[in-house]
Amino acid sequence: MATEGTPGTASIDLSSGTGRLVVAGDWTLPYYASLHAHMRICCNQVSDHTAVDFTGLGALDTAGASLLADLLGPARVARLAAGTGLAAERAALLQTVGSALAAYCKPARPRRSKGLEDFLARIGAGVESFGKQTLLLLGFVGIVFEALGRNFWRPKHWRVTSLVSHVEQTGLNALPIVALLSFMVGAVVAFLGATVLADFGATIYTVDLVGYAFLREFGVILTAILLAGRTASAFTAQIGSMKAREEIDAIRTLGLDPVELLVLPRVLALLVSLPLLTFIAMMAGVVGGAVVCYATLGITPTMFINLFHEDIHVRQFLVGIAKAPFFAFLIAVIGCMEGFKVAGSAQSVGEHTTSAVVQSIFVVILFDAIAALFYTGMGW
Amino acid sequence: MNAREPIVEVRDLTNRFGEQAVHEHLDLTVYRGEILGVVGGSGTGKSVLLRSIVGLRRPSEGAVRVFGQDLLALPPEQRSQLERRFGVLFQDGALFSSMTVAENIALPLIEHAGLTREDATRLATVKLALVGLSMDTAGKYPASLSGGMTKRAALARALALDPEVLFLDEPTAGLDPISAAAFDQLLLTLRNALGFTVFLVTHDLDTLYTTCDRVAVLSQKRVLVADTLEKVAATDDPWIRDYFHGPRGRAARSSLSI
Ligand SMILES: Nc1ncnc2c1ncn2[C@@H]1O[C@H](COP(=O)(O)OP(=O)(O)OP(=O)(O)O)[C@@H](O)[C@H]1O
Ligand SMILES: [Mg+2]
Repeated sequence: MATEGTPGTASIDLSSGTGRLVVAGDWTLPYYASLHAHMRICCNQVSDHTAVDFTGLGALDTAGASLLADLLGPARVARLAAGTGLAAERAALLQTVGSALAAYCKPARPRRSKGLEDFLARIGAGVESFGKQTLLLLGFVGIVFEALGRNFWRPKHWRVTSLVSHVEQTGLNALPIVALLSFMVGAVVAFLGATVLADFGATIYTVDLVGYAFLREFGVILTAILLAGRTASAFTAQIGSMKAREEIDAIRTLGLDPVELLVLPRVLALLVSLPLLTFIAMMAGVVGGAVVCYATLGITPTMFINLFHEDIHVRQFLVGIAKAPFFAFLIAVIGCMEGFKVAGSAQSVGEHTTSAVVQSIFVVILFDAIAALFYTGMGW
Repeated sequence: MNAREPIVEVRDLTNRFGEQAVHEHLDLTVYRGEILGVVGGSGTGKSVLLRSIVGLRRPSEGAVRVFGQDLLALPPEQRSQLERRFGVLFQDGALFSSMTVAENIALPLIEHAGLTREDATRLATVKLALVGLSMDTAGKYPASLSGGMTKRAALARALALDPEVLFLDEPTAGLDPISAAAFDQLLLTLRNALGFTVFLVTHDLDTLYTTCDRVAVLSQKRVLVADTLEKVAATDDPWIRDYFHGPRGRAARSSLSI
């Protein structure tokens, strides 16, 4: 079997009058391309009655056999028995491949694309799918509320273990990164304030800048965006791979409710952890600001706290933290919903994970803008 | 077939998962050109043995040599060269879910045999036809296949490069009896023509009786016997007795001797 390879050939030998097909060399996968070319050349000159000489044939595998079967034609392969210089097992291989080929037909040619038409169609499909997504999201929110209402009065259905474990994963484990990031952004904001306000001789207002920024906006939005990246994607990947492996269907056939089992604990966990993390982020940001104030402006921590106390009302904090539960709900719901949309493949899990992150960040920022308008209108 | 050249040699293999030992001092040899059936109860470690042989699992102790080489000790390039000579069918198919069935089979043809996409797709459909899948399956994604179709598509992928050694993990499980019989026939035809070696894990007694040259019984964490069917069936062991002389074993044997 392991003899030195000689590329396979097929040629027509015309010396004997009627013409004879000579098959020689190795008809194997490595020579597929050249064999295919040989086959196409000889193909037209071979009729059902052409004699075939197999004596020079070296190795033969299924790839070569498929070409050879094509060349010889189904009729001849079917009656290819003994007496052709072909070993019995090779004849069997040719016949097996040949009969498989008989069931083979040309694949449909892919549709030609038309530039502009396709472009418009894509835009149309995009708009349509956006509308559908929004509708789906609203529907899913409804389902979650329904499940929540149904199970609220039934403590037996509360998944406390699962809830606690998700609080740990989404809250406790995210604490270091949220605190660190907020601290650094707080420092950056203070630097900015110190630089810009120095021109007006009003560097003392850096304290107000940091306080307002973090209590009203940055604390909650930084946390929400971090969790959108960290948690929404995790929810989608977890639920999505369960969906891909039919585990969700298994939950249903066991008479259980996947929303109650998978979605509620995640949503509730995020409702617990995001406000807590927001509080931490606010504190870390303010501390970051205070450190910079002390280092560059010489405002001592005591002074910082006094100024903070005088200028910034608790309302700023309430206005900021009030947004946290809404963000938490949206992030968790989008993460879970995208998970349920996964279909079959690993690729789909990836697509929907990306989509969950993009959507939840988008929704968080959109919602924050609406809230800002609302607060301004209310004079808060 | 030359004088019993060993293709796979497993020596003194021990595999542990934490405390649980799946194999202990297991020895097995697979010779060139034979079809070796591997049987054993569920959970006796057939799939783990297969994974150890193809180099997906580092043995806790012992050595595995394929083509006389220790896969895990080879540099990546040589290991890849060697792995091209394998065809592996995993128990649950392991088709790439983001590719169509035809693309799954064309992938090794394009990557290793250097075929053009067109040629590879053509050859992929031939392989699919060989395992009894029609043209319209070629364009489908694995998620939309039935269990038996998945098995066959995975088999077609294992056969893609006309490998020298085939590792098959329960190829006929989930196939209807007609397809299973066709599979047995296909395996024999290909083996006779191409002379490859087959490591066949199976629970299917009919496959065992029709195709296998030798049978290895996995039990008590090792290979209890590895010999021709008659000799294995005559071994004095409670599990083997139940296996070959239970109602199903008798039925498969009698259907063959008729
Ligand atoms: N990754 C793993 N971690 C821990 N234990 C494992 C792992 N893979 C397999 N096992 C254990 O090894 C043992 C053998 O498993 P294996 O899959 O080889 O069984 P099998 O003989 O193929 O069974 P079947 O016929 O049902 O496929 C089982 O007890 C299983 O629990
Ligand atoms: Mg197994």
